[in-house]
Amino acid sequence: MTIASEQVATPAAERRFSPEWIGQVFSKILLHAAVIGITLVWIVPTLGLLVSSFRPLEDFASSGWWTALSPPFKFTFDNYQQVLDSSNLGNSFFNSFMITIPATVIPVTIAAFAAYAFSWMKFWGRDFFFLALVGLLAVPLQATFVPILKLFLQLGLTPENVGFVGLWLVHTGYGLPFAIYLLANFFRALPTDLFESAEIDGAGTLTVFFRIVLPLSVPAIASLIIFQFLWIWNDYLVALVYVGGTPEFAPLTVTLANLVGSLGQGYQLLTAAAFFSMIVPLIVFFSLQRYFVRGILAGSVKG
Amino acid sequence: MDLSQLLADVPTLVAVIIGVPAVLAAYIVGGEYLVRLLPDKLRPSVRPWIWVGPALAFVAAFLVYPVFGTAYRSLFDKQDNFVGLSNYAVQLGGFPSGGAWIAIRNNLYWLVFFTLLVLIFGLLFAVLTDRVPYESPIKSLIFMPMAISFVAIALIWKFMYSYQPPGEPQTGTINAVLSVFHQDPRLWVQDPNVANQALIVAGVWGFVGFALVILSAALKGIPGDLLEAARVDGAGELTIFRRVIFPLMMPTIVVVGTTLVIFALKAFDIVYVMTNGNYDTDVLANRMYKLITIPDTGNAAAVAVVLVVAVIPVLIFNLRQFRAVEARR
Repeated sequence: MTIASEQVATPAAERRFSPEWIGQVFSKILLHAAVIGITLVWIVPTLGLLVSSFRPLEDFASSGWWTALSPPFKFTFDNYQQVLDSSNLGNSFFNSFMITIPATVIPVTIAAFAAYAFSWMKFWGRDFFFLALVGLLAVPLQATFVPILKLFLQLGLTPENVGFVGLWLVHTGYGLPFAIYLLANFFRALPTDLFESAEIDGAGTLTVFFRIVLPLSVPAIASLIIFQFLWIWNDYLVALVYVGGTPEFAPLTVTLANLVGSLGQGYQLLTAAAFFSMIVPLIVFFSLQRYFVRGILAGSVKG
Repeated sequence: MDLSQLLADVPTLVAVIIGVPAVLAAYIVGGEYLVRLLPDKLRPSVRPWIWVGPALAFVAAFLVYPVFGTAYRSLFDKQDNFVGLSNYAVQLGGFPSGGAWIAIRNNLYWLVFFTLLVLIFGLLFAVLTDRVPYESPIKSLIFMPMAISFVAIALIWKFMYSYQPPGEPQTGTINAVLSVFHQDPRLWVQDPNVANQALIVAGVWGFVGFALVILSAALKGIPGDLLEAARVDGAGELTIFRRVIFPLMMPTIVVVGTTLVIFALKAFDIVYVMTNGNYDTDVLANRMYKLITIPDTGNAAAVAVVLVVAVIPVLIFNLRQFRAVEARR
């Protein structure tokens, strides 16, 4: 790449408009056109949804969303108002937080303890357990639903009795293999000297963990928190299986999917509902993208 | 939207946010305190179990035990009578269109087309965006669908594919584009001939950003000298891609590929929201969910076992990959 651009930059005026020069300029134009074209194609679906969600009903049914981009502009919040009034989307928004925050905090904390042991302690079966965790990354969650549902029913851990607790527990179990894998990889990369000198200073295991390992691992933990947060917020299947039958506990994804059935052709309301469900993940994504990307790169074995 | 009712739950949330880490921290501090009461020699062998204990317990309870439980449940019928392998006979009988075979076929479609298309687009975009100065905003726009739920993605595409009879103004983007080229609008999602492809396209749109981010990082890891040397030797850009970039990126492509294969096998949200398995688009995960809701847990468990068996080769591959990386440490 650097070479190509230098060649464009260095030739003196006499080489301008030579066949090679034209060829290079042409391929540059082609490259930019391709990149920008692909990006436009990629954002059209989201843009269409966003624009549609602000269009009045009469326009929505009679013309495509792109016509709203030229005057006269007629945008309205009516769809949002209507869908929030007529469905339990607002309640679900709150439920999503109630599910997501504990289902992020619990596994990340437990995984930090376990990852520390896996990276810096010796114990019987350590390598075997870690290998088993890597294997579990690929196991389809579908293979766990039937026995856990039965167990929850027997123990009375249903949404009616304990609210979101059942979901917190399963999300913790499901999230741990990835969380431990990601954190252990990071902890293991910390320099050994650090631990040796801490030991010489007489620091105990707790001091090393809370004063040295955790502060140094803030970037990795941040990635993991964002990853787990988005994963749970966007989860549909697990929520559907464990609280799907009780609408008052349904998160946004479940309520949104139910609206598809109940609103049918009431598309303009659906677009508003869909965008409403995307607000939090989009804020998280655009403000903390760096950490999210790092999490993806560190954990690309995950299924 | 009843705000007061919502606010009544806020204390619970605060209690959980503060309480849970406090309980867990108390556990680890208390555990360490107990370990210190032990004789010196015993401490190193007891301590690790306090640290990994909760994690192993959760994983055992919510992943390991249920997988075996599912295999066991698959041998029983709706009334909890032992029926041997007859649920499997129901699911795997009637080839090619009975039982779970349509779903298996569609999962194979997803496996092949979804995986290949995501890899091809991801690689193409990685190479292209690497050459422009405004790379990072472009990448984040293409990556953005990864942040939203697949339910939302399914809705976005339902809307893209929406259909009005010929002659009426098309409000769906894709049919509107067709009408620009004087083509008749067509049903996408409701036409068994193209419905699978239509669903897979939605999945590809959602996932290319993932492949792009990882492949682009791998591309940046290729030493510049190597590419310059190839250019000095007079290799064209295409040759360089084929002979230098592609082979060097192969390990990363394989890792991304396995993730995509697992996703393709587990595909659920898009299918459930867009067609619920109608129009010949059923997949194993959707079939299993429908069986759970009947409820026919025996057959649901049998379908889940089929899914696990399908994943096992990928799982073994992942383990080998992991061991190879460990050996190089």
